[in-house]
Amino acid sequence: MTLTYSYFPGCSSEATGKAYDISTRAVCDKLDIELKELPDWNCCGSTSYFSIRELESFGVSARNLAIAQEVGGMDLVATCSACYTILAKTNRYFAEDPVLHETINEALEAAGRTYDGNVNVRHILDVIVNDLGCETVAEKVTRRMTKLRVAPYYGCQATRPKGTFDDPEFPTSLDHLLEAIGAEPIYYPVKTKCCGGMLMMTQEDAALRLCHELLKCAQDNGADVIVTTCPLCEMNVEAYQKMVNKAYGTSFNIPVMYFTQLLGYALGVDSKALALQMQIVPVENVLAKVPA
Amino acid sequence: MVELETTQGVKTLHKIFLEDVYSIPGGEKIRLCQQCGTCSGSCPTAYLMDYSPREVIAAFRAGMLDRVLKSNTIWLCTSCYSCTVRCPAGIKVTDIMYELKRLAIKYKSWPSSSKNPAMSKIFIDHVHRFGRSYEAGVIGQFVLTQKPSLAWKFKGLGTKLFLSGRMPLLPKSIKGKDEFHKIIDLLATKEVSQ
Repeated sequence: MTLTYSYFPGCSSEATGKAYDISTRAVCDKLDIELKELPDWNCCGSTSYFSIRELESFGVSARNLAIAQEVGGMDLVATCSACYTILAKTNRYFAEDPVLHETINEALEAAGRTYDGNVNVRHILDVIVNDLGCETVAEKVTRRMTKLRVAPYYGCQATRPKGTFDDPEFPTSLDHLLEAIGAEPIYYPVKTKCCGGMLMMTQEDAALRLCHELLKCAQDNGADVIVTTCPLCEMNVEAYQKMVNKAYGTSFNIPVMYFTQLLGYALGVDSKALALQMQIVPVENVLAKVPA
Repeated sequence: MVELETTQGVKTLHKIFLEDVYSIPGGEKIRLCQQCGTCSGSCPTAYLMDYSPREVIAAFRAGMLDRVLKSNTIWLCTSCYSCTVRCPAGIKVTDIMYELKRLAIKYKSWPSSSKNPAMSKIFIDHVHRFGRSYEAGVIGQFVLTQKPSLAWKFKGLGTKLFLSGRMPLLPKSIKGKDEFHKIIDLLATKEVSQ
């Protein structure tokens, strides 16, 4: 049976996070998960937006949810953890605060839309692990990732603040998925520690320190590769390794991938269709370790 | 407009903040803070803050929020929600930080060293224009207007991202910009931080 969802790619899918979008579509195709892109979606409401203009950001966020309702009210799947958190937060606040819901609906009505508050917001990791299931994934694996030691990096907002589909601090769903494709999830106690987020732009010393901690833990525990569930985490942990090295006198050169890229590789999807060539730290050498 | 320099102003600010915090679903739980410090111990950037998250709540109780608004604290919050999930009293500490950011913007009170308000403004301007964030535009404008030193640091990385197709130079707009603006304009008039 095909599982069908509305799909919210998020703004980073058009730039730094392109590979996440490309690999997600390829993986879902392989797993018989149908993703219908939300028509004319806009910014999720974003943390940067929300932290400064609350009402507006709820309106921006709710426009997406209203469209999701119009196209049939299927669960709305986000790949970016920040989009997921914000869209889910809009839902939660509407349920807890009827006045807010009404205010936003008045604004939506001016645009000819309305939202009842009933579209479930989901993370792509949740959908693959809990709706489809690791057993089903395991059955479809054509390249077992034997001996590949992987640091499962969930970041903050996939599971926080609500821990809807996994533990907010010590989640295991990605670990199980990695086991299902034959890889070895390493002990990674910093799996939900912050990457620094937007501080990489505004206060890079603080963000570099956090990235250093994440990279060091992965290296000390023998990771071949780090996999992430969020485009901001991916960008910070992968692309700034040179700057971390400069600041801390280290020599990190650890491949970082979206979990969907590694999953797709295990499912036999072609490297190009997973946008592996887009990674800053090349992943080919690590993947070559895997027995054919 | 509240004058932060006067006693009366500080009192008014305290009242406004109280109302705002209580308006967050579950916001009244701030009364239950027992100053255990779990929030500060969990915060990944507390070591850089003028006032730790625990101290922010203490300042709130003592009616000294004006100091907090001028500190770097709220601008170092990365929204990781560690404090929120660990607080034994169930206080939404991250949401309180958001509330403080909005007040700081409203009263134009932030440390000159903090570039976050400028970053957020640039981000919001781009979303207003295109309906979506346009990364090259946001980062470009931020670097040029706020932190030119980053241009040198990011030169190599920016080139790599561009060459690998991860930093397209042209923005993508949504189609329904008119209705999008109707929603924003209507809500903007009711916004706290206007």
